[in-house]
Amino acid sequence: METLVYKRPESLLKDGHFTFCPGCGHGVVLRMIAELIDEFNIQKDTIAISSVGCSIFLEKFFNLDVAGASHGRSPCVATGVKRCKPDKFVFTYQGDGDAATIGFNETIHTASRGEHITTIMINNTNFGMTGGQASATTLVGQVTTTTPMGRKPELTGYPLHAAEIVSKCDGTAYCARVAITTPAQIRKAKAALKKAFEVQLNGLGYGFVEVLAACPTNWHMTPVDSLNHIENVIEKVHPLGVFKDITGEQ
Amino acid sequence: MAKVLVKGNEAIAQAAINAGCQCYFGYPITPQSEIGEYMGAHLPKMGRVFVTAESELASINMVIGAGTTGAKAMTSSSSCGIALMQESISAMCCAEVPGVIVSVMRGGPGLGNIAPAQADYFQALKGGGNGDYKTLVLSPSTVQEAIDLTYRAFYLALKYRNPVMLLADGILGQMMEPAEFGEYPYEDPDVSTWALDGANNREPRNIVSLHMPEGAMEERTNRLFEKYQAMQENETTYEDFMLKDAKLVITAFGTVGRVAKTAIKKAREAGMKVGLFRPITLFPFPDKALHDVAENADLILDLELNKGQMLLDVRSAVFGACPVEFYGRTAGGLLTPDSIYEKICELYKKIDNKIEAGVN
Amino acid sequence: MGRIVIDKEECKGCYICVNACPKGLLKKSETRNEHGDYPVEFVGDEGSCIGCAMCAQSCPDVAIKEVYR
Repeated sequence: METLVYKRPESLLKDGHFTFCPGCGHGVVLRMIAELIDEFNIQKDTIAISSVGCSIFLEKFFNLDVAGASHGRSPCVATGVKRCKPDKFVFTYQGDGDAATIGFNETIHTASRGEHITTIMINNTNFGMTGGQASATTLVGQVTTTTPMGRKPELTGYPLHAAEIVSKCDGTAYCARVAITTPAQIRKAKAALKKAFEVQLNGLGYGFVEVLAACPTNWHMTPVDSLNHIENVIEKVHPLGVFKDITGEQ
Repeated sequence: MAKVLVKGNEAIAQAAINAGCQCYFGYPITPQSEIGEYMGAHLPKMGRVFVTAESELASINMVIGAGTTGAKAMTSSSSCGIALMQESISAMCCAEVPGVIVSVMRGGPGLGNIAPAQADYFQALKGGGNGDYKTLVLSPSTVQEAIDLTYRAFYLALKYRNPVMLLADGILGQMMEPAEFGEYPYEDPDVSTWALDGANNREPRNIVSLHMPEGAMEERTNRLFEKYQAMQENETTYEDFMLKDAKLVITAFGTVGRVAKTAIKKAREAGMKVGLFRPITLFPFPDKALHDVAENADLILDLELNKGQMLLDVRSAVFGACPVEFYGRTAGGLLTPDSIYEKICELYKKIDNKIEAGVN
Repeated sequence: MGRIVIDKEECKGCYICVNACPKGLLKKSETRNEHGDYPVEFVGDEGSCIGCAMCAQSCPDVAIKEVYR
């Protein structure tokens, strides 16, 4: 007798299709978010906040209520929603261009206020949707369409380490950086997301998970090479880890 | 309810509370900081939401979040702070998110000064945000009217699912006068048909401002403009002060309107037929009513505390029915009853001369 | 003993699953799907799949939509 051990989560729309490039990391993370919403059985009590960039089209994927936000402001929209509906689960889904570049002020203030929301930040070290320009998290030396000779610190400074900074905010209850390069890392990433959900569900504070994700199109690499690039290069600059966990469980 | 002596900013804040404002998000800026201070002192005690945001960008987006849940939400700011909110006001119109924005104008451009002015008429009415959109804009001239229009702002925001701006100036914000609060007089529309509260036994909803499929954005904009047309038909209001036989009609909004009244009374005593047309809704602008008035007038004098902004709407409404003159000061320069009276005398002479010469 | 269900129309041919399968049971198909991509296909013998779901967890497009064990 065979048992079903994995299926498409219910919190994804039945006829929804991810519209990302082949090998893009967004799909894996969105699927894990949907799985967790199923597992916590909070589909009817969740309001998702989309952002600007490849992270924008949540209403095309999720079987959830969705509010949109302008570039960088989804933590503010989430704050407004959560303050009015404190019994709902509210999360923002953002990229590094959104959460760590144009909206980093909003990110750290939301963390400092200890808003009971969860932020998932996909870090693929560039502005993916607009064609691969350098973002705040772009690596030194990384070639992008706006750093064609590679990011030079003397011209454009150094990569911003979002999770490390967010972890220093007093209102942050859980903060981690994860990768989705291998099945083992994907499981760890899901455990981190679960933690970031739980701190909100238990009213402990702000949850933040930065996910290193592949952008094969703008990196000009195959999907598999992109994953190797994350492991071998990006993780050296943006190291994985749990930077804060006020529940004390690791 | 008895009249109380109350400051404009505090009257707006208390009226918002009476209107059922569930949450206030704001960032301090002169000359409207008392609104945030009042809200900070009162809302938490009532179990309502008060958040000092990290910027005006943040506060308007918190209003958006609250608005998507159907809550009555408000922010307030002044000139340069309102400038920062423009992108999101456009987004609110597009996504149909209700919310109340109080704008207490100071001198500009730039950081300008903290003196009263009306130089943000264009900012409130003609965008600053991108795209085809309209913000409902209400313009009070007294503290009493500020209270009444605050009530109306909350009602209209929900009725039309649109941002509503209460456009006041530093004079009104800072002045004290007797006013009566009364009770919130409106019955609010049901929000349960569209508000976000989790997809519980219904299809998921979304309230977003990006509409990419071919034709979708034009279709949405057309629908929004039908809504703006309905506002034009149902919500346009203005004050008619001694217009019936007026040969010289003054147009003015907000506090300038009340200053003009003093000058008009003096002019009437001197036998000059002068009246005031004061738009109360700046969008929808009472252009049809103003055109009708202009058809029976010899001259319109537009008075503003700026270099001529509402003037464009006045001219457009008058559409050549009579000449339009402008008199304004800006960035703290004030129009006094005396200076307005002098201007009236100067212009009325022209009208008299024309009548005398039979060229009218 | 396991089994996977591949929706070949959802597969964009990134082949991350080919890399992830510990038993090497997935390969690039020789025929295109309706979108013009060469989707992955299961090439193991019956009983060779262990139902670990690593392929499904790695798939960015939920194209491996069910896993049985």
